[in-house]
Amino acid sequence: MTTTLPPAPTTLAAPPASEAEAPLLSVEGLTVDFYTRRGLVHAVRGVSFSLGKGAALGLVGESGCGKSVTSQAIMGLIHLPGEITGGDISWKGRSLLGPAAAAYRRQVCGGEIAIVFQDPMTSLDPLFSIGRQIGEVLVRHKGMEPAKARVRALELLDLVRINAPERRFRQLPHALSGGMRQRALIAMALASEPELLIADEPTTALDVTVQAQILDLLIDLRQRLGLAVLMITHDLGVVARLCQQVAVMYAGTVVERDRADAVLLRPAHPYARGLLRSTPALETRLDRLLTIDGQPPDLRRPPQGCAFLPRCARGTDSCRTRPPLGPKPGGTGGRVACWHPVTEPETVPAAASPAGGSAAVRPDPLVAVEGLTVHFPAGRDGLFGPRRVVQAVDGVSFTVRAGETLGLVGESGSGKTTTGRAILRRAPITRGDVRYRGQSITTLTGEPLRRLRRDMQLIFQDPYASLNPRMTVFDIVAEPLIVHGLAPDRRALRDQVVDLLALVGLPADAVTRHPHAFSGGQRQRIGIARALTLEPAFIVADEPVSALDVSIRAQVVNLMQDLQARLGLTYLFIAHDLAVVRHIADRVAIMYAGQIVELGDRDRVYADPRHPYTETLLAAVPPVDPRAEIRPTRPGEVPSPLAPPPGCRFASRCPLVTEQCRAAPPSLSPRADGHLLACWHR
Amino acid sequence: MSQDVDLPAASTVEPVKVEPAADGLRAEAPLAERRAESIWSELLADIPGLLGAVFLAALVIVALFAPWIAPHDPAAQNIILRLRPPVWMDGGSWAHILGTDHLGRDVLSRILHGSRISLLVGLGTVALAGGFGVLIGLIAGYAGGRTDAFIVAVVDIQIAFPGLLLALMILAVVGPSTMTVIVVLALNGWMVYTRITRSIVLGLRHTAYVEAAEMVGCRPGRVLWRHLLPNLASPLLTLATLEFARIVLAEAALSFLGLGVQPPATSWGLDVAQGKDYMFRAWWLVTFPGIAIALTVLAINLVASWSRVTSDPLEREKRFARRIIGSPGLRARMLAKGPS
Repeated sequence: MTTTLPPAPTTLAAPPASEAEAPLLSVEGLTVDFYTRRGLVHAVRGVSFSLGKGAALGLVGESGCGKSVTSQAIMGLIHLPGEITGGDISWKGRSLLGPAAAAYRRQVCGGEIAIVFQDPMTSLDPLFSIGRQIGEVLVRHKGMEPAKARVRALELLDLVRINAPERRFRQLPHALSGGMRQRALIAMALASEPELLIADEPTTALDVTVQAQILDLLIDLRQRLGLAVLMITHDLGVVARLCQQVAVMYAGTVVERDRADAVLLRPAHPYARGLLRSTPALETRLDRLLTIDGQPPDLRRPPQGCAFLPRCARGTDSCRTRPPLGPKPGGTGGRVACWHPVTEPETVPAAASPAGGSAAVRPDPLVAVEGLTVHFPAGRDGLFGPRRVVQAVDGVSFTVRAGETLGLVGESGSGKTTTGRAILRRAPITRGDVRYRGQSITTLTGEPLRRLRRDMQLIFQDPYASLNPRMTVFDIVAEPLIVHGLAPDRRALRDQVVDLLALVGLPADAVTRHPHAFSGGQRQRIGIARALTLEPAFIVADEPVSALDVSIRAQVVNLMQDLQARLGLTYLFIAHDLAVVRHIADRVAIMYAGQIVELGDRDRVYADPRHPYTETLLAAVPPVDPRAEIRPTRPGEVPSPLAPPPGCRFASRCPLVTEQCRAAPPSLSPRADGHLLACWHR
Repeated sequence: MSQDVDLPAASTVEPVKVEPAADGLRAEAPLAERRAESIWSELLADIPGLLGAVFLAALVIVALFAPWIAPHDPAAQNIILRLRPPVWMDGGSWAHILGTDHLGRDVLSRILHGSRISLLVGLGTVALAGGFGVLIGLIAGYAGGRTDAFIVAVVDIQIAFPGLLLALMILAVVGPSTMTVIVVLALNGWMVYTRITRSIVLGLRHTAYVEAAEMVGCRPGRVLWRHLLPNLASPLLTLATLEFARIVLAEAALSFLGLGVQPPATSWGLDVAQGKDYMFRAWWLVTFPGIAIALTVLAINLVASWSRVTSDPLEREKRFARRIIGSPGLRARMLAKGPS
């Protein structure tokens, strides 16, 4: 199958009328350096772009590409050890840089340009109510009377579609959900009536259904207020949904800049193409994910020529000089920094055969979970109130067959991580039973529980936090053998560790180094090696790739699949990323508010979702293909685990809801084709 | 190796080299060397910290070699030469540079010898209180539950109890000596280590790498020793330095009250105590030991402040960047290096 760009309608090819005037924001040859003790880091190396009134530009790239530093430079937020060392940033034709522009900068940054950050909790002051924080912006920046500011703050809360604004106005940030906090933060940014909103990964910390709601809000605000948006993100789907223009960044430079549909459908830079290819799609499934080999360059010593050359299949000698951001072939008016831009249309490899998947699945269950319930005590309601209980997992049953991968999908608070931990006996089991190879392990303690670690292991989400910074890779990988008394003499142990590292694709000389010497993807490989040291049969992988960049993510997913094929591993793959799960799992279980709502074969769940929640979840993932139809998002959020509703837990958000749903919870029961479903109406 | 090679590092894996097993240990040595070198350069960048460190180093040398450096026996009395002023005053002589006390003992020699007691009591107390306090704090933080509640209660009670009263009671029963002073001060000082250790362990025990250690089957002892303790090192070092300064003062106070070091041994606090009766006739008797105490405590605090900044990576980077940006030469050199 080949995708070709639709003939560009002339109205789109010509710049919109508003863009013909002097640009609102213009960044020219910006360079930002960081004076670190390990050397000068060239974080941004000559970035240029401009943004017209009401335009939406997506700044896309992986971590460390300089996209966030660029946005901080625009906002005047570069502090020690960083410094803007070159180029210019101008707003409405006037420079924002230098001591002479200090007053202008104060007026523009935070006033005419506002910014929204990734983590709404750390951007809000936990001690002041939402309303007061918004009001303060109005009083300080707009010189409003407090009484007027209150009225305006309520209007703003309404503008960002916060329900019951009067009540929210008085609430402290912790009382709001993540999505509500992000809305409040956007309201705060809008308080100064900005012309440009910089959104720095505003939805990355949010669940996919909430992300869809926030993206809708941003689109709506653009239309209603004529707001220009600079969207900084690593998610191509987000860009496709929101932006008309895209600039792809790599190693501190812009490598491609074009209309969004042109970049997403016909990328000319090999990096942009690689990024697109390694993003797993929700709609199709490949036997292997495509990857970009190698790692981004060390920005302390950026290469003289094209920074992408070491990872590029098209490189030639001419790439040893740095390519300028020149016109892009294809007549879309875009620009690309490549000596050999890709001109042939993108070919999507054929989808995997429907029979694809782990060949070695044996029907016998390796792990069986029955009625698993995990309740955590949560203190009292007030000083003398009743004891409260967080119902993290509530009656979950499933089996994992030997050799298969069961994907466990859900949003935050669904109880998927707790389920994984309870199976490994790391979370207290309130009720229910977990069996491993037919033996109940629910009540194991002491030495037998320790022995169980040799059979069941865990791969962690955060490759930075899960490795002890003070231990060498040798100590980390060898530790399981040492503590179980399985370590041979030191020399044989070293050989064993080197073999394990080779298995996960790390060089032998890694053994003497500390974790900080490795990138995120390499650290995750070390974590995988540690989990494999004891040769377990069953591995719980808790969001193993969600902290990694797209191109690295694909490498690790492929590695996990290879290891499964070679070692006959069984995975419980916990994730919120539906596309990755579709790629790696044989069967998929969808969790919502502590319960499994749907469980079935991967292809059936994705192609024909039955439970309304599964539908909502799948519809909320923004497709990378800009031509894909926009599916309507559904409002609402996960109910509190302190007091889940008595009936179906999805009832508050469900389009099919009836009295029956509110009265009694449906149980997970098999349908004619063996598909398991917990719904009264499907 | 996986067959479909698209792993980044896969292509760089060379055939496994057979190297001596000790290779892993040897490769670490340069790292340790580099670290030492970098700590030295960090110290050079902080002038107050450097001055404090130099003063403390000199103090240690003086304490070690006091019998050879001191011009007189600190306990040798000479009533004929009593209450001689320092050398620069009328009646002073080079024989007694800082004068003599009411028994004709040389003030300088007493101060030099007094440094031994200060350092001994300081180090002894910090080691004893720190060792015990950290151990208890590790147990409290890691075990949690009732053990934790019990230890916290004990700590709170101990803190609520007046330290000086406890010290007086013990000293009155056991009788004052250098060893007793160390034990008494340690008994009054271990709680702060426990509290800090416990709070850090509470934060660390839910980090992923501690969970990973438990997950692979590490027993609690190993988790505490290999995974938690090393990551406590830098805050505890700062705390120990500050405590050291407090102990030097506390020892001086106890000795001043007559409950600390007993004559004929010398101590700065003892000197101040004995000199106070002559304060208006011979000011040098209280002033010079007092200056010694003040300078030592100041030096320790300067070093502690330096170590606090140095153990914070962000502060360290900022200090480095400030130095580079502040110096046009350094800055130009760093910028000129440019891309490789």
